[in-house]
Amino acid sequence: MKASKLLMATALTAATMVAASGASAAGSLTLCWAAWDPANALVELSKSFEAETGTDMSFEFVPWPNFADRMLNELNSNGTLCDLLIGDSQWIGGAAENGNYVKLNDFFAKEGISMDDFIPATVTGYAEWPKGTPNYWALPAYADVVGWTYRRDWFERPELQAEFKGKYGYDLGVPADLAQLKDIAQFFQGREIDGKTVYGAAIYTERGSEGITMGVTNALYNYGFEYGNPKNPYAELDGYVNSDGAVAGLEYYKELYDTATPPGSSNWYMGEDIDAYKSGQVALQMNFAFIWPGVNADPNVGGDRTGYFANPKGPAGQFAQLGGQGISVVANTDNMEGALAYIKWFAQPEVQAQWTAMGGASAMRSVVEAPDFAGKQPYNQAFLDSMAIVKDFWAEPSYASLLLPMQSRIHNYVVAGQGTAKEALDGLVADWTEVFEDEGLR
Amino acid sequence: MSASPIDRAAQATPKGLARRIRGLSDRAIAWLFVGPSIVLLLAVNIFPLIWTINLSFTNFKANRLREAKFIGLRNYERILTDTDTWNSMQATAHFLFWTIFFQVLIGFTLAYLINKKFKGNDMWTTIIVLPMMLSPAVVGNFWTFLYQPQIGLFNYVIEFFTGVDSSSFSMIGDVNLAPWSIVIVDTWMWTPFVMLICLAGLRSIPDSIYEAAECDRASKWRQFWTLTIPMALPFLMLAVLFRGIENFKMFDLVVQLTGGGPGSLTTLTSIDLKREAFEKWRTGYASAYAVILFVTVFGLASIYVKALNKVKER
Repeated sequence: MKASKLLMATALTAATMVAASGASAAGSLTLCWAAWDPANALVELSKSFEAETGTDMSFEFVPWPNFADRMLNELNSNGTLCDLLIGDSQWIGGAAENGNYVKLNDFFAKEGISMDDFIPATVTGYAEWPKGTPNYWALPAYADVVGWTYRRDWFERPELQAEFKGKYGYDLGVPADLAQLKDIAQFFQGREIDGKTVYGAAIYTERGSEGITMGVTNALYNYGFEYGNPKNPYAELDGYVNSDGAVAGLEYYKELYDTATPPGSSNWYMGEDIDAYKSGQVALQMNFAFIWPGVNADPNVGGDRTGYFANPKGPAGQFAQLGGQGISVVANTDNMEGALAYIKWFAQPEVQAQWTAMGGASAMRSVVEAPDFAGKQPYNQAFLDSMAIVKDFWAEPSYASLLLPMQSRIHNYVVAGQGTAKEALDGLVADWTEVFEDEGLR
Repeated sequence: MSASPIDRAAQATPKGLARRIRGLSDRAIAWLFVGPSIVLLLAVNIFPLIWTINLSFTNFKANRLREAKFIGLRNYERILTDTDTWNSMQATAHFLFWTIFFQVLIGFTLAYLINKKFKGNDMWTTIIVLPMMLSPAVVGNFWTFLYQPQIGLFNYVIEFFTGVDSSSFSMIGDVNLAPWSIVIVDTWMWTPFVMLICLAGLRSIPDSIYEAAECDRASKWRQFWTLTIPMALPFLMLAVLFRGIENFKMFDLVVQLTGGGPGSLTTLTSIDLKREAFEKWRTGYASAYAVILFVTVFGLASIYVKALNKVKER
């Protein structure tokens, strides 16, 4: 008798638990993103979505160095962890072709969400696949781009201004081009300021993930590097990837690294650059714009002590490496309705405005083109200037196979000092040719 | 006459089970016992190995929907003719050789010293083994700070002893120093492991042998070379085997420390393989790579184990 009662009680408890978990799954959503400040802002922002819809939101944030590994494994294994994913711009091709993301065209049309409402570069970069076609797999969620911060308080010191002018023949200020940027960085390299040795610039040199590629492209683009013949990039790499301009751009980046960066900065990316800048080690910092609000608020270097500018032009034009992400619905979600409802909510202009106000970076034109936007924060104008000149890395399904040889070739030349710039880029052409042959694109 | 252990086991066997087992031969009972283990081994070891070999002849990509195509030995040919692969093999060989060399040298020396009875012996043993209790990822991470030219303790120590300016060199950024930087950290972390094995070997040598040698007026030096080393040699060789296999698979510590750089100078084969398999998702290619590494390690380990057995038989 006792045993049968116990059995019944257990069965009842189990049934209740199953029912309860089913009920919670129906109204819950998991959003996956990188673990960084904007993600915390999104948690706050999403509280109003939870209040409006009764949805139970949970978040899975992965630190940047592991973000790509973790999330691409999740997608490739058809995992069910994420209902919504704010994934890197370069993943869009693979995720679209492998069926990991839901195509959003019909949904956008039905809900009246127009891609014309967003900054064109972010639509191309974060939402479209194939590029340049109206096939949307994400809603631009976080606009980001590589730009520069500089120590305005150091730049404004009369003695340094005089010395600089005497040495280079022009005023110490925001560099007009990459050559001036190098001059300025070299000027500060090893200089004693307030009793402390400081250095020129913190630039991206990281080897393991994507760091040095995200950095060097800011020099390569502006010296004439192309990802191939724009008419047929897969078939014609030679002469574009390794053009004379590209070689000069790569040599420029190496010289900048060799002559104007802190010792030991051989494996630096976002975090290390921030640390170097905030601790007063460097006069200039290359980094994604997402760090600018944090720099502005920093007690040591924030406020008037820092200035911001877009990546300076080079001999072949002015471009900057695109960062940022779009928000996608993961095809494997068991709450498709809820995930789409979140996208619809997030696409509202007032939510986008709130998103920017809370520390996000909306790509919606009504937000960034508002008359008062540029003056709202000291870095907003630099952000707008930068977003107007963006270029992105390959977003092909084989993007990782294209990225890894670039990491290796560029690091080998810039940091390890092996071979010449021409050899590095010729090697890259060979590597990328092999990838496209494997993919059947050549 | 008392019952034998077998009789006692038979008596202790429940009657129902005994009835069921009674009709089975010894061989069948043996199979009954080892069967589950064999099934498990086949499922988690042998089947994946065969599947990996099978995949190594294809262009399969685990993240793509398209079907795998049989491409014969193309993957093997590409790997074996790829200079990057040979560079990572070279980096691995450098890392393996020097880590084992230093770990055995320092580990045996420490074991020899610890084996001498002195005050605080146990405390020193505990302090020495602390590094190997840490996570390799943590060790890799904090050594990046120790190696920092401006704030790193390591560089300051070098400056203190040599007078070389601490910010004038970067252990993990310099082409010549980076391969040694990973050797130093691995040696720091795993020498205690080698020391413990050597200590076990030294403590297994009976005192009477040394006493006999003393009676024969053998010098300490001679005792060391003719008694200590030969008798501790199997333990030393075991330590080399363990560290060799472990370091062939080295991944986490080096990734945290250098990310495989500068350039590809510290990209060990395991890092290279991981990138091919789980970043580029070239599953077929990575399978061929894994097969080549497996054959290499298995071949070397087999030869080594034979040598170890010969030493033990002496």
